[in-house]
Parts: sequence; structure tokens; C-alpha cells
Amino acid sequence: MLKAIGLRSVDELFAPIPAEYRLSRDLKVPRQMAESEIVDYFRQRSRENGEGYTSFLGAGAYSHYRPVIIDSLISRGEFLTAYTPYQAEISQGTLQSIFEFQSMICELTGMEVANASMYDGSTAAAEAVMMAVRLTGRRSVVVARSLHPEYREVLATYATHQGMPLTVAGFGEDGRLDLEELEKSITAETGALLIQSPNFFGTIEDVAAIAEIAHKHGAMLVVSIAEAVSLGIVEPPREADVIAMEAQSFGVPMGFGGPYCGVIATREKFVRQMPGRLVGQTTDKHGKRGFVLTLATREQHIRREKATSNICTNQALIALMVNIFMTVYGKVGLKELAKHNLAKTAYAAGQFAKHGKVLFGGAPRFNEFALETSEDPYAINSRLLGHKMVGGLPLKKFYPELGNASLWCCTELTTRTAIDTAAGLIAESESSARSTKEEVEEVAR
Amino acid sequence: MKHMTRKATRHVNQNEGLIFEKSSPGKAAWKLPPLDVPEVNTSKLLGSSERKDLGNMPEVSEIEIIRHFTRMSTWNYAIDLGMYPLGSCTMKYNPRVNEAVARVEGIANGHPYQPEKISQGALQILKTLSECLIEITGMDAITLQPAAGAHGEMTGLLMVRAYHESKGNARKKILIPDSAHGTNPATAAMVNYAVENLKSDSRGMVDITALAAQMNEDVAALMLTNPNTLGVFEQQIHKIADILHAKGGLLYMDGANMNALVGKVRPGDFGVDVMHLNLHKTFSTPHGGGGPGSGPVAIKKTLEPFLPTPIVVSKPDGTLGFEYNRPQSVGRVRAFYGNFGMFVRALAYIQANGPDGLRQTTEDAVLNANYIRKGLEGTYDLPYSTPSMHEVVFSDKLQAKKGVRTMDIAKRLIDYGFHPYTTAFPLIVPGALMIEPTESESKEEMDLFIEAMKSIAEEVEEDPQTVLDAPHSTRVSRLDETAAARKPVLRWKPGS
Repeated sequence: MLKAIGLRSVDELFAPIPAEYRLSRDLKVPRQMAESEIVDYFRQRSRENGEGYTSFLGAGAYSHYRPVIIDSLISRGEFLTAYTPYQAEISQGTLQSIFEFQSMICELTGMEVANASMYDGSTAAAEAVMMAVRLTGRRSVVVARSLHPEYREVLATYATHQGMPLTVAGFGEDGRLDLEELEKSITAETGALLIQSPNFFGTIEDVAAIAEIAHKHGAMLVVSIAEAVSLGIVEPPREADVIAMEAQSFGVPMGFGGPYCGVIATREKFVRQMPGRLVGQTTDKHGKRGFVLTLATREQHIRREKATSNICTNQALIALMVNIFMTVYGKVGLKELAKHNLAKTAYAAGQFAKHGKVLFGGAPRFNEFALETSEDPYAINSRLLGHKMVGGLPLKKFYPELGNASLWCCTELTTRTAIDTAAGLIAESESSARSTKEEVEEVAR
Repeated sequence: MKHMTRKATRHVNQNEGLIFEKSSPGKAAWKLPPLDVPEVNTSKLLGSSERKDLGNMPEVSEIEIIRHFTRMSTWNYAIDLGMYPLGSCTMKYNPRVNEAVARVEGIANGHPYQPEKISQGALQILKTLSECLIEITGMDAITLQPAAGAHGEMTGLLMVRAYHESKGNARKKILIPDSAHGTNPATAAMVNYAVENLKSDSRGMVDITALAAQMNEDVAALMLTNPNTLGVFEQQIHKIADILHAKGGLLYMDGANMNALVGKVRPGDFGVDVMHLNLHKTFSTPHGGGGPGSGPVAIKKTLEPFLPTPIVVSKPDGTLGFEYNRPQSVGRVRAFYGNFGMFVRALAYIQANGPDGLRQTTEDAVLNANYIRKGLEGTYDLPYSTPSMHEVVFSDKLQAKKGVRTMDIAKRLIDYGFHPYTTAFPLIVPGALMIEPTESESKEEMDLFIEAMKSIAEEVEEDPQTVLDAPHSTRVSRLDETAAARKPVLRWKPGS
């Protein structure tokens, strides 16, 4: 090949790079490894990473069963190793599957259009808010304190340089958005209200009442859904103007936080302000049905600095996982799956309530609940760890006002045995905490 | 037919409707275990929040699902089927060991909030990959949080802004060459910077005189792709950096074309202050039909205080943990820690290559691009004769005389069994054909490609209509994009 090009050495190919910058040494990276060594390396890391633990963690990353055909199908090289479907004639597989994804997301959310995916639930929420700000022409944003705290942080980052002042609206006794506080927070400058339902505590918001308040003031309501399985049994927030979803629950591994699958869904009339790729149906020159990427005039490669977002690469393969999951469970299965989540969580809340206080009982919840204990949740969790169990997420990190409360999650994979064992361990801590307290009191006496 | 394609032939390609069209009540592909806790009364638990109906969600059997997606998959072209010479996209082989290790239980199923004590494996992966990427780029620190290249650009510019703000003046604009990717100006807008275009010179490089004239205290940074989108290395890169630095500006490098540099030259050594990488390009993680990507941002020491939170730190007891308390941070750009599964794959790629392999990868990528350039020079117009690195940009100037444009040639290439190159980009080349073979292609595959491109050029002379009507061998041909955009049909509806 060098001869064909007319060169003597590979080095000549790099002549355009000024000599003083060329690297004359080896990179200091691990030495070349055989495939067997690479596999060993990651198996070892896996063993150091919670392998074999039973977990009660949710909080934006959920452990649901992943039907095996998801990986069989997404491992096909034609899906795995294809690029963005710009060349429609040889990308119909990807395009049609995205069209089906968009259609099912619309069915589940009650919205009219959905995009091909966003990076994740947090960035989808931030971009949905920016979309609402463009649509209303008002820059202020009210955000629920019961929104995932990391989503709130991401929104704050995105909003900083957009001149979008953020106001936080708190939650009431039942864990839902405090409507009185909301009334006070929303003004004539508010372009968007961002809430989550089920919210960060697993509590289902009164979306209709919230939407009424938002709309009364001319603001758009953006609803974030972090636990997609809830859509099987919880009425979707149909009153919302934009829904920003995290679809990880639909067949995507928790993978230590990513890659996940965000998606934005909205009303048809708002579609031209929606960020992200869209697949549309059309016909080819012979009149045959086919699919293409469409409404690209919203996007960066056409509009550059006037685009609705800078997003280019999205989460296509993860959206395919989600698509297959939705197809497997379908109309009946998703409902049954959601019911199992509801039942396990109701059982766990009942058991745990014997040894602590389940907060926010006044409102319906899906598969998470906050449990307040007299003992520090970190102490409880360290006892559970000894039994290869990961307890609920201590909430004080994000909500100091909730003291010793922690957030527990049950899914269809959580067994009754695990719940009973955890309840026993909490009880143990309760009694030990009581005895410690008694001892302290005794000493005081 | 005179022009035969040696690579592709027709094969059986099954028809397949939409999944909704296969659905009928009672079919199912799922089975839940018996419930081991008491059943609940959903109406009582949820009240008015209970959902009664899931609309038109499908009901299908498992074999139908397998066939549905398998049939659709056969309508896609993929790297696994052959050369995918999309310029600036670095469509290299996606090693299967990467997929295997990403699915090991503790790695695939780790919860982002599980205690650090039982997250040491994941933390070690984050740390090791960070160290490798810092070494490869010659930078001082890195964040792995951004989910894709454009997200990395945003993160990088947020840090640029924070840096300038810490000096008392956020500045007003970003300079962007006319050859840049569309994400660059779109990102600048998201970080509320104005965009100012910078012209390229006659060799396709940054016009140094223009840069010197446009550079002032209002410019926060120059966003530069190097090698640029013409596949040309900016030979005056250090002069560019000096001009920026002299007026307090920063040099941002878009690392889309890093596959031309790894192991041979390091951006940190030629004056770059901040840059993003695309793990889904340079580091072999699969494109998956459009994502997921991963866009780590590497920076010089001066920008370190502004990194997104959290960062991975070594703790006094020797274990690893996350550090959240960073008052000057630009904040979070994504929930959790980024596209972790992509970090696993990228690290496996680095391990499979080692220092020698990474260097050779770059050499082969550049060698391959130059081999194609030599093979097609004369047949297609080469608008810039400046030496090519990992990609080469031709134009359709010669073929346009017969009314055939770059998109037509691209569509005809499909009939020859190849994915098209990147068309009509960069914008500074009218009718561009942007070709990037990557190191993955053998001489045999590239010879087939060169033969196909030459054959198409002959067809343009003898029978341009064949090219204008292409592709001829696909399920669908020349889809009506105008109709799709004018009256958008973005979802299936019953009866549609």
C-alpha cells in the first residue's frame, strides 16, 4: 500500500504534523492484553462491584427483569454496528423500529408525538423545560423539590446561561407538591413548571390539579417520569404539555448509571420546538411505505446555532432495548408487571411500618416509599450489607429536613423472603437503638 | 450489464409490517412468576390515579417478536457487513469482547447509588479509563460524565465560561471555522455565546491572518477540529494556540477526528486547553443506529476546579470514592456518572491494543485514507491537495457536469454493496464526498471500494440516469422526504 501511495515509510504520512509535537515514546497505558486477560480483568472488577447483592435501591435506576430476547436481538450486528439512519434505503430496520418506539411511547404517555430518544431522563427534563421556555417566550421556571435531586442539578446547569431563573416549590405532608406554595411560586413570568410523577419519593402527584394551576398562569407543565413501569397501572399525566421520560426500567440494565434512554413526548402543535431526532412515515418513488428521519430543520446539522438543541448522537440502541421490552410485555403484560410492583411495595411498606414510620401515607404511591427510622439509616444499611443486602437510599444527603428517612424500592424481582429479612434487620436495629437509648437514659438516671 | 459489483448480490429480503399490524388479543411473550405476597386492590391503592387501559399497545408472541426484529435488521447496512466509510464518524470494528465484558453481572447490574464500599470495581474502571484518556490526550484532568460528543462540547464550553467568569469576564463569543460540525455552533448557543465564523485559507486550514484580526478580548475560545473536517492537520496549530492565549482566549479541540492522532501526537502537547473525545468513534464503542455515545472532556490544570461533580478520588484508606464538594464546579450535566457501559467497552479496547496497538491503529487509519485518496485521485476532483490524515474529501465537480451530484453517487454506491461516504459536508466544499475508511479495512475491501467508485464514475459518463435513479437494489428507493416533513406522520394509529 505504501508503494501504491508512493511513500517509503508510514512516518512520512505523519509529516504534516510538526516534528516537535510528534510523540517519540510509547503511551503509558496498560500493556496489550489477550482476550482472556481482558475478560478476567472485568470479572474481577465485577466481583468488587456488588455482584450477588439483593438491593432495595431505586431513586431513578430500577432493577426489573430483562427478557433474554432483548440482548439476542440488539446484539445483531445490523442493529449494533449501524450508524444513525441518514441513508434511509439501507437503514429501514433502525427507522421502522424507532417509528414503533415513538408510537408506543405515545400510547403509554397519552401524548401525540415522541422523539427518537434523548441521553437520559435528567437531560430530557432539562431540554423539555428549555422547549417550554421557547414556546411560551417566558424564561422563569418553577421546579418541584420532589423532582429527582440530580435532575434538578442538571436543570440548574442547563439553565445557568440561558437566563432562566429557577424557583423551587416544596412538598407537603403527603409528599406531593405543595399546591399553595406552587400558587405563590408561579408568576406571569413563569414559562415552565417541572414536576415528576411518580415523584422522587414514589408518590403519585395530582397532575390534573397541578396542570390547572400552571395553565391558569399561562405556564407549560413538564412532567418527568423516572419509573417507566408505573405507566402500566398509573394514569399517565395526560394534562401535561410535555413529558420527559427515563425509560431505563423498560429492559435497560442499571449499568452503574448508564447508558439509559431519555425521551420527550408532547402535543403535535409543539413538535417544531422539540429537540432530538424524529422518524416519520413516507413513501418511496414506487409508492411503497418507508421511514425517514424528518423535521431535521430543528436540528444542529441544518440550523447550527439556531437549532432547538445541540443533540446529535442519541441513545438509539438503548431505545431499541426499550422498544423490544414494550413489545414483549405489551398491552396486558405491562399492566400485570406494574401490579406485581405495586403488590410487593405495598407488602414491604406494611412490614416495614411495624418497625419505622412510612412517610407520605396520604397519597398513592407506586414502587417506592420513604421510611423514617429512629436509627441512622447508614447504620441499618451497614447491617444489611453484612447479609449481602443493599438497603434504601438515605435521604438526608438530598433532603436534610427528612432526617433519618430513607427511600426503599421494590420491583417484581424483590422476593417476599428478601422483604421479610430486611424487615427483620430493621427491627433488630430498632430494638438495638431502643436499648441504646434506654442505656443512655439509665446512665442519665 | 457492464458494471458488475463484486461485493454485493441480491438475496431474499423478507417483508414485515409494523408490530401493531401483527397484534391480536390473547397473544403474549411474557410470563410473571406466581405472586409471593398478597394481591392488592389497585383501585383502592391508586384511586383516580389508576390506569384502566393501555390503548393500542401490541400483543404478540415471542417468535413473532424475534422474526419482526430479525427481518427488520436485514434491512440495515452495518459495519459487520462491510466498509462504512462515513467521514468524521469513524465507523471502525466494534470488538465483541467489549460487549461480553459489559454484560458481566456486577458491571451490568451495578446500581449507581450502591455504597462505595461495594462499588470499587466500577470506581476502578472510571479511574483507569480516566488515566488512559488523560495520557492519550496529553491533558491534565478529565470528566467522563457527558453522554455524547455534543454533550461533551457543552460541558467543555461551560468550563470555558466558568474559567473566564473566575477571571472577572465571561466574554461574548466563540470563534468557529466554516468547516466545523453543526454541533459546535449549536453548543455555543446553548452556553449563551455568540458564534463568529472563521474562514479557512486556500489549503483548507485556519487562516492565521484572519484569526489574528478577529481575536480580541471578547473571544472566549476557538473551537477547532484537528485534523479538521477536510482530514487536514492544522500545521500552524501552535501559532493558533499562541494567538488565542496572547489575548486570554482558550483553545477548544473537537476530538471527533482523534483517530488520526492517538499514540502519534497529543493535543495537550500542541496547546489545546480543553477537548472532548467520542468513545463511540475513536474507542470502538458501537454506534447502535445512532447511539449511545460518550463524550469525555479532557482539560488542562487551569480548568480543573470547574469539572462537573462528582469526580473520582482516592481516599485516605486506599479505597476509591466520589467527591461532590467542589464549589467552583459547573455543576452536573447528567444524572449519575455518565454512560458507564461505554467506559467499560472503551477500556477493553485500550487493553486489547496497548501502546503499540493504539499507535498502529492510527497509522493504519491514516495509511488507509491515503490509499483511497491515491486510488481515486483523477477520477474524482480533489479540492484541496493538502496531505490527508485519516480521511479524504473529494468533490463531485467532475460528475456534476453530467448532472450527477454527490448524493447520487452515494446512493449508487449502495448498489455496489457499500454504505455511502458522508455527503455534502464539510460545507466549504461544494458537493463533498468525505471518505474515512478507518484502520479496520483490509486492502481487499478498499480495492473493492475503489473499483466501485471508479465504476460509478464511468457510469456517470456513459449512463448518468442509472446513477441518478439509484439505488436499484434496495427495498425502498429515494424516499419522499419533502412529503414526510410537510405532513408529518410520526406515529402509528389504528386504521392508518
